[in-house]
Amino acid sequence: MNAKSKWLSVLDVVTIVLFLTATILVFFFAPMERVMGLVQKVFYFHVATAWIGMLGFFVAMVAGIIYLATHRTRQDAKKWDIVAVAGVEIGLVFTLICIVTGSIWARPIWNSWWTWDPRLTTVTIMELAYAAYLMLRAGIEDPERRARFGAVYSIIAFISVPLTFFSIRIWRTIHPVVIGSSDPSASGAFDMTPRMGLTFAMSLVSFSFIFITLLWHRIRMGYLADKVEQLKLRLTQ
Amino acid sequence: MDAPADTLNYFIAGYSVIFGVMLVYLISLFVRFRNLRQDEKTLEEMEDE
Repeated sequence: MNAKSKWLSVLDVVTIVLFLTATILVFFFAPMERVMGLVQKVFYFHVATAWIGMLGFFVAMVAGIIYLATHRTRQDAKKWDIVAVAGVEIGLVFTLICIVTGSIWARPIWNSWWTWDPRLTTVTIMELAYAAYLMLRAGIEDPERRARFGAVYSIIAFISVPLTFFSIRIWRTIHPVVIGSSDPSASGAFDMTPRMGLTFAMSLVSFSFIFITLLWHRIRMGYLADKVEQLKLRLTQ
Repeated sequence: MDAPADTLNYFIAGYSVIFGVMLVYLISLFVRFRNLRQDEKTLEEMEDE
């Protein structure tokens, strides 16, 4: 696992090309929205980062379930713990980008950096729940206990993901719903033109590739960290 | 018809955050991976002795 696969190198190149294409589309192809101006273009990567943030937490939840189902019978169940940590870490980074870019967009549109709207509140809870996952894990020394705890935690914490996703559809909110109908009190909604739709789709595809690539790299690092931990344990015994 | 709002500064700030945080994360992955490789090498040498 430590030697870099040639498929990972290919994936690196494909991801870079897709990301550059999406960036060029956002900057030069997508039209400027006629009310909000250029800041509306933050939307393309804002939604894409939210998507892979939630995808990371979903991967962690699935890996947690598989770990719990297999850790008594299979010696290699530890790999699912490595996958879960990778998913959470990537999810945290991209959810952070999503929150900060949302706040930057909100300043000129809502005339406020932040408001305790249902979407903003639930996404903050989600981010903090997963930040706690990493902090609490760091406090457990026994690798097996740590993995078991992590698996249970990642399943429970996942409740915050659908809660965040559906918050703008369940509660009255000022956060716009771009795909589907917005609450009448939402502020900053707009209709997508075909060019905007293409740029949005390309952003989602490129960030999905970024997710897969980063996940693969982070899993490789997880295997290496596990090997180093085993070596340390052997030397101290 | 009114002209679009002048939100260029917010657009620049938004994309600076996106590219900046992604770059910092990539560097962090690279540095951690390199440090782990060094640890692995050192520990394997210690184990061989």
